Amino acid sequence: MTLRGRRILLVNLSLLIAIALAIFPLPNWAAAVRPDWVALVLIYWCIALPMNMGFSTAFIFGVLLDIATGTLLGQHALGLTIVSYVILKNHSRLRLFPLIQQGVIIMLLLMVKQLVFLWIYGMTHNAPSNMWLYFLPSVISMILWPWLFVFMENIRRRYLNI
Amino acid sequence: MRSLVQQSATLTLNAILMAIFCVVLMTIDHRNDALKGARSTVASFLVYPIQYVVSAPANILHWSRDNLSSRNTLLETISDLHKQNLQLMAQQQQLLSLQQENARLRELLHASSRVGEEILVAEVLTVDQDYYKQQIVINKGEVNNVLLGQPVIDAMGVMGQVIELNQYSASVLLISDPSHALPVQNNRNGIRSIVQGKGDPGELDLLHIPNNADIKVGDLLITSGLGGRFPPNYPVATITDVEIRPGQPFARVIAKPAAALEISREVLLVWPGKEVKP
Repeated sequence: MTLRGRRILLVNLSLLIAIALAIFPLPNWAAAVRPDWVALVLIYWCIALPMNMGFSTAFIFGVLLDIATGTLLGQHALGLTIVSYVILKNHSRLRLFPLIQQGVIIMLLLMVKQLVFLWIYGMTHNAPSNMWLYFLPSVISMILWPWLFVFMENIRRRYLNI
Repeated sequence: MRSLVQQSATLTLNAILMAIFCVVLMTIDHRNDALKGARSTVASFLVYPIQYVVSAPANILHWSRDNLSSRNTLLETISDLHKQNLQLMAQQQQLLSLQQENARLRELLHASSRVGEEILVAEVLTVDQDYYKQQIVINKGEVNNVLLGQPVIDAMGVMGQVIELNQYSASVLLISDPSHALPVQNNRNGIRSIVQGKGDPGELDLLHIPNNADIKVGDLLITSGLGGRFPPNYPVATITDVEIRPGQPFARVIAKPAAALEISREVLLVWPGKEVKP
């Protein structure tokens, strides 16, 4: 397979697996702090392959996630568009940061995404009652980021070695 | 491959356009049903395979538990079920005569009666929905003649209604969702009210109960059938807390759902029976 074919396959497959993780059944306490898998994987690809990533990927997988999780059509698509915009705009800077610092930036970015979601939940009368719990998934995503980055980097080096 | 400069020039514009498009999409999806068809097509052919794969481990687990259990356990289960069946059949005898009596009395009063509710068993797909939405996905869909807005119950009580219909699956909005309201009546004295979800599967709110209403902890609430969507007389919830608030127009009444909203693996779809005019 050509490099381009392998790249498209790998990006889409990893995002599909991320959607599967996003709907994987968890006990109630764990589901409340489930990390934002799709956003994390998308952020990785935006940092690793900024030239090949655009908003179409964010939109398509956002809509798939919306339908899989029963949210409004476009809610996750909007969140992922915002996230990938900020990352694509600053990818060359982000690449130079140590992994921990990258994680902190990503946590703040995911919190902005959750803030947008909070407005949407508020407008559709699903406002969460516990604000501390609400932002916890972003913190868990930050803790997870270095491991995910190293893991994905290994996969990319193995299959997309340029 | 585009150059860095080319990409960053159009990046902001693209992002703004995409964001506006997403907001428009959300507004349409929230306000009317124009996107329902597209949504259910994508759900049937792209999302259902993912959901199926995700729920496969749980299915395998249940299958292996059924197939690898010992002979003794199976015999015990069978004898338990046999006893249960006898009890239920005994109750059913009474029920049949009561139904006939009820129909006769209604005929005397020239009132219409409902007969023949049909029921189909569906399994809950073990996939999680958005944490802030009280929804479940079941493995029956359009091909099984499921209807939009159809009531869903479990062995203990009312669970919710179908809000999204796909080819092979359907989404069910639980009664514990804040956007779900259900007309009920108190089984003890017939006081009518509306039960609304709070986003918590263990608690429901009872709306517009005056402070002097005769309502007690332990009262059973049943569907009143007034909304026209749920058939009457199915158990909904039990009152767990009544707080009289003299300064407020209404009392605060909390109820616990009768159905096991979080635990039930098998649910029943109800086709409401036809009205029979005497």
